[in-house]
Formats: sequence, C-alpha cells, structure tokens
Amino acid sequence: MKVTAFIKKYTMVIALVVVFIIFSVLTDGRLLYPQNLSNLLLQNAYVLVLSCGMLLCILTGGNVDLSIGSTVCLAGAIGAQLLSQTGIPAVIVILICIASGVLIGIWQGFWIGYVHIPPFICTLSGMFLFRGLARVVLDSKTVSIKNNTFLNIFASYIQIPGLDTVKEEGGGFFYNMLNGLRNWLLPLIGQDPEQKLFISAAIAGVLVAIALVVLTIVNRVKKSRKGYRQDSFITEFGRIIIIAVLIVLYSWKLANYKGIPVMMLWVLAVVLIYAFITSRTAFGRYFYAVGGNEKATKLSGINTQKVYFMAYASMSTLAAVSAMLVAARVGSVNGDTGTSFEMDAIGSCFIGGASAYGGSGTVPGVMVGAILLGVINQGMSIIGLDNNWQYVVKGAVLLTAVIFDVVSNHKTGKA
Amino acid sequence: MADHILVMKNITKEFPGVKALDNVNLEVERGEIHALVGENGAGKSTLMNVLSGTYPYGTYTGDIIYNGETCQFKTLKDSEKVGIVIIHQELALIPELSIGENMFLGNERLGRFGIDWDRTYHEAEEHMQQVGLKDSAQTLIKDIGTGKQQLVEIAKALAKNVKLLILDEPTSSLNEEDAKMLLDLLLEFKKSGLTSIIISHKLNEIAYVADKITVIRDGATIETIDNSSREVDEDRIIQGMVGRSMDDRYPEREHLVSDEIGMEVRDWNVFHPIYTDKKVVDNISFNVHKGEIVGFSGLQGAGRTELAMSIFGKAYGTGITGHLFIDGKEVRLHNEHEAIMAGLAYVTEDRKGNGLVLDKSIAMNTTMARLDKVCDRGIIDTNKENQVAEEYKEKLRTKTPSIHQNVGNLSGGNQQKVLLAKWMFADSEVLILDEPTRGIDVGAKYEIYCIMNDLVAQGKSVIMISSEMPELLGMCDRIYVMNEGRMVAEMPASEATQEKIMAAILKSDKA
Repeated sequence: MKVTAFIKKYTMVIALVVVFIIFSVLTDGRLLYPQNLSNLLLQNAYVLVLSCGMLLCILTGGNVDLSIGSTVCLAGAIGAQLLSQTGIPAVIVILICIASGVLIGIWQGFWIGYVHIPPFICTLSGMFLFRGLARVVLDSKTVSIKNNTFLNIFASYIQIPGLDTVKEEGGGFFYNMLNGLRNWLLPLIGQDPEQKLFISAAIAGVLVAIALVVLTIVNRVKKSRKGYRQDSFITEFGRIIIIAVLIVLYSWKLANYKGIPVMMLWVLAVVLIYAFITSRTAFGRYFYAVGGNEKATKLSGINTQKVYFMAYASMSTLAAVSAMLVAARVGSVNGDTGTSFEMDAIGSCFIGGASAYGGSGTVPGVMVGAILLGVINQGMSIIGLDNNWQYVVKGAVLLTAVIFDVVSNHKTGKA
Repeated sequence: MADHILVMKNITKEFPGVKALDNVNLEVERGEIHALVGENGAGKSTLMNVLSGTYPYGTYTGDIIYNGETCQFKTLKDSEKVGIVIIHQELALIPELSIGENMFLGNERLGRFGIDWDRTYHEAEEHMQQVGLKDSAQTLIKDIGTGKQQLVEIAKALAKNVKLLILDEPTSSLNEEDAKMLLDLLLEFKKSGLTSIIISHKLNEIAYVADKITVIRDGATIETIDNSSREVDEDRIIQGMVGRSMDDRYPEREHLVSDEIGMEVRDWNVFHPIYTDKKVVDNISFNVHKGEIVGFSGLQGAGRTELAMSIFGKAYGTGITGHLFIDGKEVRLHNEHEAIMAGLAYVTEDRKGNGLVLDKSIAMNTTMARLDKVCDRGIIDTNKENQVAEEYKEKLRTKTPSIHQNVGNLSGGNQQKVLLAKWMFADSEVLILDEPTRGIDVGAKYEIYCIMNDLVAQGKSVIMISSEMPELLGMCDRIYVMNEGRMVAEMPASEATQEKIMAAILKSDKA
C-alpha cells in the first residue's frame, strides 16, 4: 500500500495515536495509569453504545436523533424510581427500562418512517417531550440507586476468588485450584503472588488476542483454498498483530486496577452486534442503500419505510441500554442526566468518518471517533484544563476532523 | 482565410492515471454549428470543460484562441464574460424557483434596493420569446416539462449575451418533436450569427443540423467532416467514431415468439399521485408473449413510464384499477417487493436517479434487488456476492477494472449494464426496459441490444419503452403506440414505419 493511501485509510487511527501520545506527554504519563485507562472506557461507555445506534440513523441520509439524551434520562428515571419505590427485582426493572426505550423507538420510528415527519423535527420534539416526562417521573428530584443487584450487573468488576482475590483461609476445590494457578502463573511472569493483581483480566486478554490471530490464519487458509482475492500477508498480519498487542497491553492495565469491568462486556456486546449487522447482514446493507439512493432502493423492492423505522427504533433501545450504564455508574438519576449525549454520539460518528450525507460509515470507524473524543476529554480533565476550554477544544477537533476528511477525499477522489 | 471564432490547439488534459485528452485540435468558424461526436468517454465533455474554464487554466496544456486572442480561463465566469456559455446534459435549473429567477441566477438584475423584479421578469420574457416560450416568467421550473426547461437554459444563455453556445447532449431527454424544435431553433439562431458547438449521440440530428462534424476517439481528434451540403450519412459518422464501419446497427435475432403469454394487462387505469383526479393511464390493455420484445412508442408524457411503474407493484400513481396476469394467473401486487417476487423487473429510464447507488460498488448494486439470494439466514455471503458480480460482469462484458469499483465511476453504457445485471440476477421473467439506451454510445447500444436478444432467446418477455423510433423498429416484434395515457395503435414491427407511428399519434390528438 502506498503511503498516501495508507494515511487516507487510517487518518483517524493515526490521529488517535498522535492525540494519545500528546496527552500522555502532557500528563507526565498519568493518562497511562491503570485507573485512568480503565476509567477512560467506563466514562465513555455510553458514547460507544449510543454512537452505534446513531450510525444507523446517519447512514440513512445524514439524519440524526436529537432525542437520545432525553430518552436516556427518561429510561434512567423509570429505572431509578422503580428500584427505590418498589420491590420489583432488578432484572425485571432492567427489562422494563429497555422496553420503555423500545416503545419510544417505535413511537419515533413510526412518525419518521411511515408518516415521513422529518427526523430532525420529530426527534427535536422528542428531546423536549422525554426530558419533560423524565422530570415528571423523577418529581424534579435526584433519585439515587442503592440496589446492589442492579449495580453489580452494570458497574462491578470481574474478580474471581482464588485467581484474583486471596482469602485469609482456604476455600473449596475450585478456589484451591485457581489459587494454585495464580501461585504458579504470577512468579512465572515475574510478579509476586502476594501483590494485588487481577490476573483474570490479563488471561482473558491473551486468550482473545490468540483467538484473533488464529481466526485470521484460518480465514486466510479458507480463502486461499477457494482461490479468493485477499490482502497481502504483511498488511493483514501487521494489522492483526498490532490489535492483538493492544488488547494484551490494555488487559494488563485492567489487571493492575480492578480487573475487567462488567460494563466493558455490555459495551463489547453492543459494538460487536452492530459491527456484525452493518457489515455482514442484508438488513444492515439496506441502511447503506437507502443513504446512497433511496429511490433506487425502493425500486429494488426494499421496504425503505421499515429501514427508517428500524434506525430510530434501535437508536432509542440503545439509549435505554446506555441509561442503565450511566445510572449504575453515577449511582443516581436526576433531571439533567443525559444532557447533550446526542451531541457526543453525533460527534463521534462524524469524527469516525460517517458521511454527513448518509450512505457511508463503519462501526469500527465510529468507535475510533468515540475513543478519540474520550481520550481528549480524559486528558484535558487530568491536566485540569478549565471546563469551558474543554468545549472549545472539542469543537475545534470535530471541525478539524471533518475538514480533513472532506479535503483528503476531494483531492484523491473525483472532484 | 476562414474566420475562426475558436481554435483549440494541442489540448492535453490528464487525470490521475488517465490521459483524457491527447493533443486535441478543434477549429470552429464564426456562425457555424459544429458537432462533436464520439463514444462515451472519448473526451468530448472534458474538452468542453477545458474550454469553459471548469478545468481552470494550468490544469491542462495547449492553447485556447478565442476571437484571435489566447485565453486563460480560470473559472466558468471568465469564459462567460467573453460570451462562451455551456449548457450541460443535466440541466442546472432549480425546480423551486421561477423561470425568471433561474435565468438571472448569479446575474441578478439589480435596482437601487436589491433585486428589481419587474425588470427581471420583463427581460426574462423577452429572451423567452426569442426561444419561442410563451409561459409567464413567474412559472416555477418544476411546473414545466423537460423540453421547455431546455429552452429556458438557452434563454438563460441568451441573457448572458452568448457568442458561442455549447450544448452537451441537449436532446437526450427530449422526445422527437421537442428535439426537432430545439434543433430548428439552433438553425434559426445561426442565421442571426450565433456559433454553436453541439455534443450529441443522435447522429440523425447531427447530420440534420451540423455544418462540420469533428470526431473524437480515445481522447484524440480523428477527423473533421464537412457537412455544409448535408450529404454526410450516419454510417459515415459511425465509421469515424468506432474506427470501423458498422453495417448492422441492430443484431440479428431469430424471432421465436412463443404462443404462451408472459404478461397481460387488462383495463388498466392510473391516476396522478398528487392531482388525484387527473387520469394518467386510461383503460389500457396489452400483452407480451414469452420470447417476444414488445415496443412502446409515444411522445414524452404519453404515460408509458407511468404505466410501467404502476404495474411494477404500484411504484407510481394512485387509484390503480385493472387486472394483471403473469404466466396466465391473475396477480395483485401491492409493493415493489411483491412485483419482483412475481417475476417482474422495471429497469428505470433514470439510471442515476432511480436505478443505481452511485457511490457503492458494482457488486453491491448487482445483488440489490435480490440480496436474499446471496444470504444465508440474513447474513451476506460476500464471497458468493462477488462471484455473482464477476459472473455478470463477464456475461455482459462490463468494462471495469474491478467489481469493487463504484458504479458512479463507470461510463453511461457500463452503468446501464450493471443495472441490467441487477434485474437479470433478480430472475425476472418479464423485463420492462425504460429507455435502455438513453445517453449511451453506439457501441454500447449494440451490446445492450444483444443482451435483450439473449433474454428473449431464454424465453423471457421484454417490454421496451423508447423514444427513438428506429430502435423500436429495429428491435421489436410488435409495437404499441401510446398517446396521452391511451393506447392508440398496435402493429407488428414488420409493418410499422416511423410515419405510421407518428400518424397514429397525430390522429389520436385530433379525436
């Protein structure tokens, strides 16, 4: 691959690396502390989840959903009130919250998809509507969440007794076996078994990295056996090895803090599902087709109304999911929860290379965009930059990213 | 010595990877109509874009000498200042604005306080009269037909005090009547001293209107044919364009029409989607046999496209009534998806607007109508999809470096092939081709005809809607003639002539 083509393809990844290095230097390495790297993910969990849904909306033709911040607030409010006022089990409450998100999605999707209300207006009204309802539900108070089951489901860490934590006195068979593993493994990698280290995170990281490399090899073998075209050996393995190394490094950092956060699993689940839908399924393909040429898509026998409907239905559902994540992490919900979340999600999509006219954009790209914004946020917070200036920087980054994208495409592509 | 208004000398223009123009020379005399012909991608439009400053001075090499002076146009405005106006194939009019507003867009008639609307509309109507437009200058562009819109473009050029008018495919979206009117208008202007350069694929028009014909092939000028005595025939021009003589413009076909009827329509009525009391299709009945190509002739606005789209799962119109039989069985189709599943295909006349997703790959466009065929439980089998796309690329001989190329980068003829591939992949038994050869060059047309012949040879039914009568006569087994939403004639192609078809239309007008 030529250098220019490489830069063009991985513009935002390069930008992410550069920004990361800059902030690592500016913070004297504090950005790299295990606690900060772990928090980087947790604080941006809601953006990662929301931008997956926002990508679908944007794909249909640059349409956005402005109501999701309010939807987060409403779903969170319903959850918080149910948990604090009633004795309904946490799992049922979660299902009710998600269902409320689905209902909101059906409401908006119906108007946008089947009645052709412009998305901007429909979701703008939703932004007021759901914010107001949320405050009614909350009775204008801050409702805190003390239900441990709920908190554990979203905001705890995976800590396996024996492997990660050491008890004073011995436990059962599994405990002893895992503890034995810990006592064997830690000295092997030069660590003291007595120290605090949540080794399960590192083990999981290494296993995932190995699985990725193996999958790539299997895939290549399959492809070459059938004689399909494939990327060059160096490109493909260079890419996968960098990703594998990053996974191992990050999991090592997690092991040094509190282990794998459960929230990460939720985020991963959403991201993987959406990445799969957009890149591999017919259903996902329709979003790109509608954004590219709606009339042609309709004449190809595709139900374009349903495509719009699904975009907004899925968006609100994800808003409810991210409401759970935010409520559990903060531990309370108030009338301002979720304010301007929609802007974070929209920003991530555009920084991540989604077209403002619809029809192009990928989940991995959008994730890079979201993480880039997250790193900038976190870095500026650690430095202690004034909150007002943080807005200025974020705005500048968004504009720069889009300008760079437009200009680089203009020069290399067709005018 | 001849009085040259324009001389383009040794023009060379390169795009990354391609030499679009290679030492092209063009000499245009004052007061003549000069035609520029060549296959798609030969470089005609590029040459005109160099002339008009769309590609600014410095991005090409060579000289432009206009009125004896060497010019260095940096923008479109520079060339317009000296009287060179280009009218593009895709009209640059804004539908929601009035004729007058469009005409002086970027060139507004100003009074002391902003725009002087009285002057704007008065001057607009003056120029409209010159081109024979009798509408009010306050009419919105979206309310007049394509033919009139083309005239508005010319009036707009006149308003800019045009000396050299360049028309890029001016008649490609016009019916024969409007096209003839436009060409006569050009001849009229020629008398008053206007010089025009016309780019067209319609060779009969060129033979009719042009004084000189310059042939461009593969980015180079091949020859300039003198047609001042109007003696050049189409075959002579084609010979220059394709570099060989083309004896037969329509491929041979064994006419093997089966007795079985592929599709039949009875008592079909359609109303306009917005003006719901306006009948667009009036009580039409017709049929197409298996292995038959049936042509639909008529003027623009005869209701042919509307008829086709309303049959295709009610993609157009309201209040649709009538009976539709496919393969002998009556079917009721409520949307496009049901139509596709019933074996129908509608290949649109507007391939860029309604047919293809231009910034997506050939592969993706090919499978779009029947994505389920390359899917396993909703998951796309990319390898299978690529195989399918490759297969159709080979079969239809689509010229492209790869099936991953965006469709927008292909020439018109190759785009049309991708569109056809999409519908062939959809396993359609009855294909309605709406203007399948519009705006594509002679060579590509021939290939499209061959594909049509292959389709009927497989026992499929083909309905061909076309505004070019010679191609209907050359390709069809049977021809229906429509006018103003009604079916006015049906004739076997062997008995049909252009005169007969026109007579049927004109007679029905009087009735």
